[in-house]
Amino acid sequence: MSEFALQMKEITKEFPGVKALDRVSFSVKKGEIHALCGENGAGKSTLMKILSGVYPSGSFTGEIIINGQVVDFKDIKASQEAGVAIIYQELALVPEMTVAENIFLSSDLMRKPVIDWAILYAKAKYWLDQIGLAIDPQMRLGDLTVGKQQLIEIAKALTKKADLLILDEPTAALTESDVEVLIRLLKELKHKGVTCIYISHKLGEVMELADTVTVLRDGQTVSTDPINQLTERKIVTKMVGRELTDFFPYQKHAIGAEVMRVEHYHFRHISGEMLVKQASFTLNKGEILGVAGLMGSGRTELFTSLFGGYPGMASGRVIIDGCELKIKGPAEAIAAGLAYLSEDRKKYGLILNMEISKNATLAALNKVMSGGLIDRALELQKAETLTNKMKLKAHNLEAHVGQLSGGNQQKVVLSKWLFTEPKILILDEPTRGIDVGAKYEIYKIINELASQGVAIVIISSELPEVLGMSDRILVMSEREVTGHLLRSEASQEKIMQYATARRR
Amino acid sequence: MKVKQALEQKPLNNKRKLNLNVQSYTLIIALIAIALIFSFLTNGEFLSPRNLSNLFNQMAVISVLSIGMTLIIVAGHIDLSVGSLAGLTGGIAAILQVWHGWGTIPVILIALLTGALLGLWQGWWVAYRMVPAFIVTLGGQLIFRGILIGISQGRTIAPLEPSFRFIANSYLPFSLGYLLACLGILIMFVVTWRSRVRRNSLNLQLHSPFVDYGKIALYAVFTLFITFMLNLYYGVPLPMLIVVLLGTFFIFIANQTAFGRYIYAIGGNKEAAALSGINMKRNTLSVFVVMGTLAGLAGVMLTSRLNAATVSAGDMYELDAIAACVIGGASLTGGKGKIVGAIIGALIMASIDNGMSMMNLQTFWQYIVKGLILIVAVWIDIANKHKA
Repeated sequence: MSEFALQMKEITKEFPGVKALDRVSFSVKKGEIHALCGENGAGKSTLMKILSGVYPSGSFTGEIIINGQVVDFKDIKASQEAGVAIIYQELALVPEMTVAENIFLSSDLMRKPVIDWAILYAKAKYWLDQIGLAIDPQMRLGDLTVGKQQLIEIAKALTKKADLLILDEPTAALTESDVEVLIRLLKELKHKGVTCIYISHKLGEVMELADTVTVLRDGQTVSTDPINQLTERKIVTKMVGRELTDFFPYQKHAIGAEVMRVEHYHFRHISGEMLVKQASFTLNKGEILGVAGLMGSGRTELFTSLFGGYPGMASGRVIIDGCELKIKGPAEAIAAGLAYLSEDRKKYGLILNMEISKNATLAALNKVMSGGLIDRALELQKAETLTNKMKLKAHNLEAHVGQLSGGNQQKVVLSKWLFTEPKILILDEPTRGIDVGAKYEIYKIINELASQGVAIVIISSELPEVLGMSDRILVMSEREVTGHLLRSEASQEKIMQYATARRR
Repeated sequence: MKVKQALEQKPLNNKRKLNLNVQSYTLIIALIAIALIFSFLTNGEFLSPRNLSNLFNQMAVISVLSIGMTLIIVAGHIDLSVGSLAGLTGGIAAILQVWHGWGTIPVILIALLTGALLGLWQGWWVAYRMVPAFIVTLGGQLIFRGILIGISQGRTIAPLEPSFRFIANSYLPFSLGYLLACLGILIMFVVTWRSRVRRNSLNLQLHSPFVDYGKIALYAVFTLFITFMLNLYYGVPLPMLIVVLLGTFFIFIANQTAFGRYIYAIGGNKEAAALSGINMKRNTLSVFVVMGTLAGLAGVMLTSRLNAATVSAGDMYELDAIAACVIGGASLTGGKGKIVGAIIGALIMASIDNGMSMMNLQTFWQYIVKGLILIVAVWIDIANKHKA
């Protein structure tokens, strides 16, 4: 028998226009905890989706060998039968069902015409003991903390005789004590012979838990090393060690007076979750402020809550143009001169089955109204002026925005916000999923706006973008602002250090 | 000659593409097909002046409801209470007039006000208490019917005064009918002309004048023809005039006001609309108030037509109104729907009722055919979407 539980050889996966994985090789020894590290978009998730059969055999090239045997997964079920269990960040559990029902949701025990509840609960109890969780199997799952729910997912995987457990960012939403429980459980499972692939941005956990670390970057394997040859710092260097190949049209521009100041800002969502724990920063006229941080660091939440996009309670001070404001909703934020381009344009930015021109004027409809009525001709003309400036490729502004390409859709959202003539323009992942040409045009527009005195915030997962465009960089981790860097002192390594900073 | 020169001076890309809206044409084709089938099966009787007049009278109440229902559906909601609400407001009007001797005008105002207030109440639950509209208005359906049975003590209330009966049982004098038809045509022409001038001055794309004015000419011929046909009988029915005026007014609201634009945005994408600074709660509330008021008017028209208020008045009308909207192209997921479509949808539904009863088919067939048409209409819509 082979010493490897899993070998993935020369895996290449292409999406239209993008090579997500380029001859990636990845081998996991039996009984080890193997950490998989990389920036957002490095290819970790794609690799795991191939392993779990989400992308079926045939949609990629390369070979997967499990326990010495070449496998060919046509779907998720096939991978489960081979003993692969993947636990995603978003849990696949049903909150309204009991713990026992969730553990056995896809097992034969629940598929019988008549379910034997006594056996079900007894077996659930057994598995709960295995993961060291002393709870009643008849409890409603939704009443457990997220951390405990995560453990239930693991129990569920174990019942399926999974001997290769994949955890994708398991601790992103967990409290510190839950993280400790999880780490202890994983170590125990290791002793029982379960092999584990652990995907995490949190290098502290990786150092504590992993036996081996593989780093992916831009869809390629950078290295696989035993943990005793690594430090957090070395991992970060491997993760980001890429040349700035993209071209950013950064220009030096005059930075003016302070336009926004945020002090000790906290935000608690109506559901009770703390979305932002501690944030202080300033923003000046004509300045481009980059905001970096890993997924779940609170970047989006900080600015969405400042914009009034969530129901909940804010504390701390927000001062815009010298006036302290309590912004309760987007309408007030827009009136105060804020504009917020969200990271998911289809979900939060556009009305897809509405015309391009109507989308463009939606946030400042009063500018195309006269005498209480919409002046349609004026609206079309304004929309045309706006979209021409962005080189929007659409032959008819009366077409639905859903018919446009991603880059052009983004230009429509940007037009919408520019039409409000904001003093502060917040751009959340402004170039996500759009082609290079459109990216470049958006960068040029950002520069032009900054030179006109608009204060700009760019939230981005792409470090080269943050480094290439910003005058100053704010780094967030675990819902707090953990670092401030000037353009002159910023580097990918420094940002990653702040971004992976452990909780104090 | 002048027109031609002006055209030639424009750059090429200034020609607006003729927007072939498949849905609106399928609707008209379906309507014509239904009319032809029924007139064939009834030896032309279906398209006789007398029957056309009946048809427009019959469709009026559902049309009024479907105008409001379009706005509700566009905003991403549903209102199952409008039938009961129309019954209740019509009942209140009849009680005040027949039992308490109130005059016609105050009675109408009270009916409209009751509709508006109950719409406000339902809208409050939906907008501010986040209870799904389906539930709130299903509750409303039961509550309003219950109140109607309670206050009328289960009795039929009749007869109403001539001035009240006038609303749904009178016809415009022939000359006034023609005059209004001509006025309508003139307004359509002026609006088109002004819009062209304005677009031209802002250097925007224009349809060829043949398309724009050709459409007006078609509408004009159709309007005059219908007026002529109706004048062969008693003239244009007043309820039809009410529907045309209300339809025009609400098409205007939907297209030219911020409120109209916002409800399309809210129904199209709630999150994006909220983040664009649109006040979700107030606009949602307003839609329900409008719907309630229209249900109040529908109640008045219904009581007037029947010259009585009964405990079952308006029963199931909400379903006819919803079906009219859906046949007219409204999408129950919100953000899409047209008032013209809903009115044509109401006409299609009324044609089926009317045509089938003229053929002396038993009423159960009407339910079956209407049900099938509803399903097929939505299927055509979905099939078109998949093609695009």
